[in-house]
Amino acid sequence: MATMMHEAVPRIETNDKSAFADGTFVAFVKQDCPTCVLAMPVLREVEQLVRRSGGRLEIHVQDEVTFAAGFLHATDDTALAMSYRYNIDTVPTLIRLKDGQEDARTVGWRRSEWQAVTGISGLGEGLPDYRPGCGSKTMDPGMPARLKVKYGNTGLASRRIEVPPLSDPVETCYERGWSDGLPVVPPTEERVLEMLDGTARSPREVIGMVPPNLAACTVEKVAINAVMAGCRPEYMPVVLTAIEAALMPAFGLHGVLATTNACTPVVMVNGPIARTIGMNAKGNVFGQGNRANAAIGRTLQLVVRNVGGGRPGEIDRSVFGSPAKYSFCFAEDEDDPRWDSYAVSLGYSPKASTVTIFPGDGITQTIDHISRKPEDLCRSYAGCIRAIYNTGHIIGVQAFLAIAREHAIVFYDAGWSKARVKEELLGLLKIPVREVVPGRSGLSGLTAEERSNPDNLVPKFKNGTFNIIRAGGSAGKYSAIISSIGGKGSIEPVTKEIK
Amino acid sequence: MPENILLDPTAETAAAIQPRLARPPSISGKTIGLFDIAKMRGDEFLDRLDELLTARGHTVKRYRKKHFTHLAPIELKQQIKSECDLVIEGLAD
Repeated sequence: MATMMHEAVPRIETNDKSAFADGTFVAFVKQDCPTCVLAMPVLREVEQLVRRSGGRLEIHVQDEVTFAAGFLHATDDTALAMSYRYNIDTVPTLIRLKDGQEDARTVGWRRSEWQAVTGISGLGEGLPDYRPGCGSKTMDPGMPARLKVKYGNTGLASRRIEVPPLSDPVETCYERGWSDGLPVVPPTEERVLEMLDGTARSPREVIGMVPPNLAACTVEKVAINAVMAGCRPEYMPVVLTAIEAALMPAFGLHGVLATTNACTPVVMVNGPIARTIGMNAKGNVFGQGNRANAAIGRTLQLVVRNVGGGRPGEIDRSVFGSPAKYSFCFAEDEDDPRWDSYAVSLGYSPKASTVTIFPGDGITQTIDHISRKPEDLCRSYAGCIRAIYNTGHIIGVQAFLAIAREHAIVFYDAGWSKARVKEELLGLLKIPVREVVPGRSGLSGLTAEERSNPDNLVPKFKNGTFNIIRAGGSAGKYSAIISSIGGKGSIEPVTKEIK
Repeated sequence: MPENILLDPTAETAAAIQPRLARPPSISGKTIGLFDIAKMRGDEFLDRLDELLTARGHTVKRYRKKHFTHLAPIELKQQIKSECDLVIEGLAD
């Protein structure tokens, strides 16, 4: 069909007002595009006319150059160099040049626009007036970033590290000390550019200074570590906010990463974004198997390691460490409206998405299959919570209590709010001074009046915070304690809204 | 996707090994700072040093940061640097 049209004498009428026919036109097409197939005879009409008038039509084919057989200036653009240079996102695209610069462009097939660009009337007789174009091959998945690296200026400032010949890039990452022990995704420029698509923020923006080295952390460095951790671009707003929150002075990240304790930053996400990016708040909530939970928490750890320089055996002096130091990240379960979420209880709107960072050293489960009254369940909890670090340890200890559904139902049925449960527990967690351990914490955290009588009662969380959240699977009468050192003025939970 | 070029995920501050400052041949006539990082019982250790140094006629100045989990503010470090010739830091409990 195309050949017949090519051989036929085109009926071309020039527009008297047009002086375009002696100009230069550039077209981009691919064979695998029905609209390009439909427009090819029209391009032949255009070529005929502009050649007669001393002009020129260059046609660049993105897939099979024989598609443009017979054209005088047909180019194989399978490497997409010209398509990238002309910023083509749709084929066919027809561009008019003036003095070597683009003067007009049309995409897809719309007769009126083609006539306006070429200055030729009566184009494409017998064709429909309009057919949308197809995606340019420059828009294939992963291709924009690949082309930017190949032909453009990525604007990325980080040092380029060459993988030695015949080496595995994953092994290079290990050798460079960039890994937490598990394999990382090699941070190529393409992958980092795609990760940066997940945020509107400039790669050069410094989001904070990461301890222990107090190194400036840019959005670009976060993206590199997010690639390595296995993030998808849509996690970036959560990742960036998590790192910014962890760098808030109240959290005391330096202390968390340097301590002999096993604690580490825990990332909790509230609000709609948790569902949008598919985070887990239900069964196995603190466990493996959910990409967003795993990769977001891991990115924070890798940023601390790689940007801040916080590495075990060096500044990180933890005696035991914890599996939580690979990643400890989850969403609070907000499905049951009977309890406000942690973020809402702080005053955030239920429509807001937030990240809370708090220190945690892992989980300790509380099992109670028997209690059906809230008072009984609280007594079970209190016994377990009191044992954190030592039954007599009251200074510099804090905890989050994660209540799973079957335990929550006991409180729901009794009409108890989260605040009511907390009040009951804090009432039960009063410890006689005689039982306070005089070791590391000493009695130095107590006032003279408190110390004056060994029967005086002092709170378990003397200077630490205690909070209740909802998380976990629907079956099983469990709750979980996430304990840590810290307290007011040293290491405190912090919350930041995702903007 | 070619993977032969990777972007450096670190702060690119390759550790420069700095030699320790030379120890003074004598502490005679020097002002000595005692820096308490606010870890428990660090003050007991520094109090005893204070006694011993003062008894030997040295000038001693005391400093303390707010909490051991936080880095010392730059202003405090500058103050110590400007007021002392030597500093002793009580690092841990």
